[in-house]
Amino acid sequence: MRSELLFPKRPYGTHGGVKVTHCKNTAGIESVIMPPPERVEISMNQNIGDDCIPTVKVGDSVYVGQIIGDSDKFLSVPIHSSVSGVVEKINKRKDYSGRESDVIVIKSDGLMTPIDGIKPHKVDNLKELTEAVRASGLVGLGGAGFPAHVKLNVPEGKSVDTLIINCAECEPYITADHREAIENSWDVFSGIYAFKDIIGIKRVIIGVEDNKPDAIDVLKQIADNPKYDPDDMVRVLPLKASYPYGAEKVLVKACTNRVIPTGGLPVDVGCIVMNITSVSFISRYMKNGMPLVSKRITVDGSAVKEPKNVIAPIGTSIKDIVEFCGGLKSDAKKIILGGPMMGTTVSSDSEVIKKNTNAVLLFDEEESNLMRETDCIRCGKCASSCPMKLTPPIINTYMKQKDINRLEKLGVMTCMECGCCAYSCPAGKHLVQMMREAKQMIRANK
Amino acid sequence: MSKLRVSPSPHFKSGITTQRIMLDVIFALMPAVIASCLIFGPRALIIYAVSCGSCVICEYFSRKIMKRTSTISDLSAIVTGVLLAMNLPVSINPLIVMFGSMVAIIVVKQMFGGIGQNFVNPALTARIILLSSFPSKMTTWTEPFAYLNGNIDSVSSATPLAMADAKLDYFNMFMGIRGGCLGETCVAALLLGGIYLIARRVISPVIPLTYISTVAIFSLVLGQAPIYQIMSGGLMLGAFFMATDYATSPINPLGKLVFALGCGIITVVIRQFGSLPEGVSFAIILMNILVSHIENLTMTKPFGFVRTKKEASK
Repeated sequence: MRSELLFPKRPYGTHGGVKVTHCKNTAGIESVIMPPPERVEISMNQNIGDDCIPTVKVGDSVYVGQIIGDSDKFLSVPIHSSVSGVVEKINKRKDYSGRESDVIVIKSDGLMTPIDGIKPHKVDNLKELTEAVRASGLVGLGGAGFPAHVKLNVPEGKSVDTLIINCAECEPYITADHREAIENSWDVFSGIYAFKDIIGIKRVIIGVEDNKPDAIDVLKQIADNPKYDPDDMVRVLPLKASYPYGAEKVLVKACTNRVIPTGGLPVDVGCIVMNITSVSFISRYMKNGMPLVSKRITVDGSAVKEPKNVIAPIGTSIKDIVEFCGGLKSDAKKIILGGPMMGTTVSSDSEVIKKNTNAVLLFDEEESNLMRETDCIRCGKCASSCPMKLTPPIINTYMKQKDINRLEKLGVMTCMECGCCAYSCPAGKHLVQMMREAKQMIRANK
Repeated sequence: MSKLRVSPSPHFKSGITTQRIMLDVIFALMPAVIASCLIFGPRALIIYAVSCGSCVICEYFSRKIMKRTSTISDLSAIVTGVLLAMNLPVSINPLIVMFGSMVAIIVVKQMFGGIGQNFVNPALTARIILLSSFPSKMTTWTEPFAYLNGNIDSVSSATPLAMADAKLDYFNMFMGIRGGCLGETCVAALLLGGIYLIARRVISPVIPLTYISTVAIFSLVLGQAPIYQIMSGGLMLGAFFMATDYATSPINPLGKLVFALGCGIITVVIRQFGSLPEGVSFAIILMNILVSHIENLTMTKPFGFVRTKKEASK
């Protein structure tokens, strides 16, 4: 199966998925760089894995790109200052996910002076590559925040032949990756060429949903031109717009027809999946050496006056970003970090954006109304829309019986909380919440 | 800034509600309802009205007594009411209809926890209870269009299945011009409704297609005319509207297939060897009871599951 490395003409079949309204209002608007806010609050917890330990003290002067937090744990990535200024305070705080971590508050001097020693990087082998990627502070920018250097560091005994670049962006509203593909399409290709040989990648598939025809065109023009893609190893694969094509397991199945086993990673089937913004960031980092200090954020939702993509320093508060986008049209009743399908609601607009935030959505009264929960009618819409082929009503039955073995057999841990089930539920059941509880039951029993 | 709402993801909903699904089912039943009113006369309307009315009233009061929130707005009681009426002959006494509604809603549906919790189809169970309580009244059929001759009193006429040698032509059967329960005769109208439900993705085509084709093939094997078999009795009504009932059919596609296969086989066996005139209701009820077992045995394997198993066995 591995030997034939053909490019698929059309995506392979995947199970389930739902048609969501696109709401990609900001797709045609050029991103704007946001001036530094008065202060940024940078949490020491920016990715899946371990927290960083602050390396600066209160009163220190910091510059853009300066390391302010680091850790020697395996799943950790250094954190850099996103503005230049003075460290005002360092305190422990719970963020919206309920996790407590150190937060470094930096008062900006408004100058954005970069730190000395920012220089281009050149990498020749895997060790140098992963070290450079770690030093760049990159975490998976698609949303999960998995440290990128761990992803690129292919473990011994495993080989990778396919790089899948995730530009599906199936969540409604979000256009951050879409804009990246259009504005920085050259970076994407130089990023691919920067590390493909080091890892031994034989084909690169850029998965783009067909609701972004302009992005497909731009990427295709480069990929199909032998001048820019001399090895003819990069192809753009248009995906039929359906949520959740951007989910790693679904994307790997659609692009390569390989099935990632339960509990496995793409590397188990010879694939690396990277977000398009991550790839182009690596290329920029190699060119100019500036670590990950800012992020393109889609600001949208029914309560926002001027929806647009903003390139904001990491640690900027929602309040500052909204102010930059012309403020609110009407009272915001719900604020979501991330997309409407998987994003997290926050309880206050003083929450800040992190490395893996890709959208801030502000919903007005009408849009934030939830359906009243009624009894399950067993219609099976949840099961037929589940990309992981799970059956929530039956899982619910065994959950009530606390039958842990059965729950595990039903594949509860495969759930990625994409929200297709709850989206399509006519009874308005909070099925994702239910699945989280089921997972918790299994974890607690281990 | 005012207080913000915090809720688990997703923050979007498809907009499909239980009420909407039930409304779709009611729409799908309308052609058959209209056809039965044309075939059996205005008295059919009275049966429908009594059945729906008493179902809604039963639902309202049983929820009230059990101190649960009212569920009449989800329209499921009306669906049960229409389906129950469709399973009754036009000459039935309205008091018997009320009794049937009480059985369907109070005993079968609400006592087991309301919508989605009943393990057998309420309308079909009510029909079976009525059939054993009032056997003669439940099998007194009226000739089609008898009401046009001013002959409102029921004229006994056998249903096609009960007639041994009577030759009915397929066109009349297709249009429903034959004796039988209110809703089961007009195949054309039921097909129209069934296709509407499938097109609206309210039901999956697996159950009706498997059920009907199993009956056709199995009848052919036993030397019966397959087209005659699938158009007679309550098969069309049962396959599209009864066997596909969400609460009493398996969720997973493979389970649906097994369930419908079982329904088809039992139907033909009862028709061929049993002394009952019709097997559809019993077949569906019997398979309803097996649903949880079918589901357990045919559970869809989660994505990525087979692979891990293979690797583990290596």
